[in-house]
Amino acid sequence: MAEPIQIIVDKCVGCGLCIKVCAYDAVSLVDKKAVLNERCTVCGACVSACKYDAIVIERRPFKGQEVEEYSGICLFAEHRHGALSSVVYEIIGASRELKASLGKKISAILLGDKVRDMAEELVSYGVDEVWMMEDPAIGDFNEEIQADLVAKILLDKKPEIFLGGGTIIGRSLLPRVAARILTGLTADCTELMIDGENKLLRQTRPAFGGNIMATILCNSHRPQMATVRHKVMKAAESLGSHDGKIVELSYPILKPRVEVLEFVREEMDTVNLADADFIVSGGRGLKDPKNFALIEELAKAIGGAVGASRAAVDAGWIPYSHQVGQTGKTVNPTIYVACGISGAIQHLAGMKSSDIIVAINNDPGAPIFNVAHFGIVGSLFDVVPELVKQIQG
Amino acid sequence: MNYFLTEEQEMIRDLAARIAKEKVAPVALEYDEKGIFPRDIVELMAKADLFRVFIPEEYDGLGGGIMEMSLVVEELSKACGGIALAYAASGLGTIPIMLFGSEEQKKKYLPRLAAGEILAAFALTEPEAGSDAAAVKTKAYPEGDNYVLNGTKQWITNGGEAFIYTVIALTDPTRGPRGASAVLVEKDTPGFEFGKKEDKMGIRASVTRELIFNDCKVPKTNLLGREGAGFLVAMKTFDKTRPGVAAQALGIAQGALDKAVDYSRERKQFGKPISAFQGIQFMLADMATQVEAARALTYAAARTIDAGAKNVSRVSAMAKVFASDTAMRVTTDAVQIYGGYGYMKEYPVEKMMRDAKITQIYEGTNQIQREIIGLQLIKESLQKKE
Amino acid sequence: MKIVICIKQVPDTTNVRINPETNTLMREGVESIINPFDMYALEEGIRLKEQHGGSVIALSMGPPQVESALREAISLGVDEAILLSDRAFAGADTLATGYTLARGIKKIGKVDVILMGRQAIDGDTGQVGPGVAENLGLPHVTEIRKIEQIDEDGTIVVERLLEDGYVRLKSKLPILLTVVKEINEPRLPSLKGKMAAKKAEIKNWDHQDIDLDPQRIGLTGSPTQVMKIFTPPKPSGGKIFEGDVGQAVTDLLAELRSAGIPIGQQKEEG
Repeated sequence: MAEPIQIIVDKCVGCGLCIKVCAYDAVSLVDKKAVLNERCTVCGACVSACKYDAIVIERRPFKGQEVEEYSGICLFAEHRHGALSSVVYEIIGASRELKASLGKKISAILLGDKVRDMAEELVSYGVDEVWMMEDPAIGDFNEEIQADLVAKILLDKKPEIFLGGGTIIGRSLLPRVAARILTGLTADCTELMIDGENKLLRQTRPAFGGNIMATILCNSHRPQMATVRHKVMKAAESLGSHDGKIVELSYPILKPRVEVLEFVREEMDTVNLADADFIVSGGRGLKDPKNFALIEELAKAIGGAVGASRAAVDAGWIPYSHQVGQTGKTVNPTIYVACGISGAIQHLAGMKSSDIIVAINNDPGAPIFNVAHFGIVGSLFDVVPELVKQIQG
Repeated sequence: MNYFLTEEQEMIRDLAARIAKEKVAPVALEYDEKGIFPRDIVELMAKADLFRVFIPEEYDGLGGGIMEMSLVVEELSKACGGIALAYAASGLGTIPIMLFGSEEQKKKYLPRLAAGEILAAFALTEPEAGSDAAAVKTKAYPEGDNYVLNGTKQWITNGGEAFIYTVIALTDPTRGPRGASAVLVEKDTPGFEFGKKEDKMGIRASVTRELIFNDCKVPKTNLLGREGAGFLVAMKTFDKTRPGVAAQALGIAQGALDKAVDYSRERKQFGKPISAFQGIQFMLADMATQVEAARALTYAAARTIDAGAKNVSRVSAMAKVFASDTAMRVTTDAVQIYGGYGYMKEYPVEKMMRDAKITQIYEGTNQIQREIIGLQLIKESLQKKE
Repeated sequence: MKIVICIKQVPDTTNVRINPETNTLMREGVESIINPFDMYALEEGIRLKEQHGGSVIALSMGPPQVESALREAISLGVDEAILLSDRAFAGADTLATGYTLARGIKKIGKVDVILMGRQAIDGDTGQVGPGVAENLGLPHVTEIRKIEQIDEDGTIVVERLLEDGYVRLKSKLPILLTVVKEINEPRLPSLKGKMAAKKAEIKNWDHQDIDLDPQRIGLTGSPTQVMKIFTPPKPSGGKIFEGDVGQAVTDLLAELRSAGIPIGQQKEEG
């Protein structure tokens, strides 16, 4: 069996860039030429990085579907508690742009009990054809039932692209469908575009915990499937009226092995500071303990944890378990929003390795602005509520 | 520095280090402040098989020795000397059984100790018998098939939490120190009670209590070794466990040194981190050199003991005295480097300084250790002449 | 009860940094670890065995060095470890990986519960679990935060996380579950476990040891391909917004979103 990945020795100049980007320690230089070892996982990072095209991956994927038979952009209309999930509007927004590039129709798969209202709503947002199946037996979301139905619809209708939300439901359903119909699926896309030349869907998404971005193609299999990361793409606006149709489908519904007993609604409780991806912290600038409610509201809006500076904790406004800093917790979130915190060295010690630091302070000279990636100079009592308002949309 | 640990020793050390970092460090300040006995961490250590490390394989141990035990104590002490003591003091109470126990006694207690199911403790000190250990007054007079214990032991580590206690008491009041024996007493034996928990300067996560014996009957089969061998048991035990105290001091010192180095890089005064000043660099250098010397001496003592050397009193006393004096110096210097912040309870080094002090005092004060070393040197010199 | 836990060895991406000058991944000192979410799966699997009896098998697909991850699994209490290793498996996307693991599990035989973490921290897709289940014709549920009980008759009740709460589900074994961090607190290895792990024999299966379609594995079995990998544009430091609050906030949010930060996303982490 031929090696899937090879170094073209004549092209390799021994620059070592491939070594720097390899996260598996699989490349080394021997006599000024790159050499791969058995640790290689064929992830392709080195291929991307090499400026001399000296590394190639031989791809000959198994026989796919007949590409010419597939046409159109299809999306999965996820819904819960009688309403379309908010991610669906973002997918519609993305689909409309893809439609503009491809010139193909947008369709949606809508499955459930009493979903006609949502079908009409989908049309008003620009969906050209809603493939709807209404049946009480479909009930609450169930992977087995819906994967079966979606797979059948995709095989019958043959869209070239199928998109779903990067939600818990979407990330569970679409991989099962992809494995049934044998096509490619890319998770959590933050950008979707049509390649000008080959009209393929270019799917861009984060990997390595967000440390790198990868652009993926699905060349010879259809539909090209992707889940869309929630809250990144812009949500579409309703068109008011749109010339689209609702097509009622009927397929046998299988009896699932998994049964829903009950749904329990839960307010997301205080996220653990140490694990949190997003943290909103309050400091002396809050002036009064009751103003921590603002911090909590913003934290809730972005799905994050609440932190505090030592000043706020010492003043008794919030328990010590929330303290971030030299004598509190050290945190490493994707975003750290510091509200009314001056940025004393002891506080910075606890949060300076945050990926992005956002500072909100009405003192333009506050030291926090020296380490912040972004900042707003202004009163947090105005800025924080405005942030909450705009985030919640 | 390379101490040429075996693969197994490295495995033991790494696991102890992981427990120290992930489980002990997060609770160290709180348990110290509130004086909480680390029951949860003891359970974790038991599940990780740490208590097996120095117990022979035939009693469900892993067959290691003092070196392995010291590695565990050192790593745990880097995170908290008090929490580490729960482990080390149980070692102190286990070793007499290993050295002097009958087959029945070993079979009865060692597997449970190895599993960390129970803890042990060692009881020698009394209100009137500290360095003057020979002045013990607690009685264990024979009466039929039993010994009846009467008296008080003071400042016993793990008192109240341990299940099995090695108690040094007088079985024969007429022979002075030669009348003392080592007797095993189980918790919940009628007539055996605990005094209040002591409120200590340091190692506050470790529990220290009085043991009160009031006509406490234990079967004669609980005698450890021979009657009259009480102080032999004690001395032979201490010979082996001094590296453990040295390891505790070593860990505390290393922990303080590490914090001091990190702090000196972050603290800026006069426009630069204080680590840029030679005054601080010299302090850190001296601290680090002394810690390394203490480590070398501690490991050498542990290895000498494990190699089966006959006379280990001098080298184990040297390790204990040097490591503990080093720990006191290094932790004091660490507080100094932290400056005002070092004095505040919010910062970790004042605790380390409070923790270090006891290592100069217990398991034989450093004055007693020096006496041991001095006497030993003279003895060796005399023997050479012959 | 026979429990199979699929684990993946990954670089510790939480410690990966980007070199700000060259904008490349700095992998120095990045060690290989068991995917953190899989640690929770291992713990749950070992607990199930402690409760219900049976055996726990750890299974992984990867290059030979993945043996160290399997040994770590043994040190935690797993009974047996199997490595699917072959150059022919390399370069697999999630479709091919799901297929290969499923064929490996098929070879193991009758299995009651298959567990894995909700996603791997290098790929971040969460797609392999459902793929394995589909290939084996088994039901699957993702984001499990609790296994409430398993009855003698093979009925299982689980709690599955959703964005706004959780749902209680009932099913019959066999089933595949992906787990989240809320499910348990993973144990530390024991010294005895570590010593057993050193001596343990790890089964190695290549593509000829397993009954599979060679067209469906590795690069050949992967419909998706990576066209390009790049580091995301780091937001340039120190952008301060002043003036009208409404506008400042709008601008800030726009900047964050264009940097790919899913601001407003709920329950991202398991």
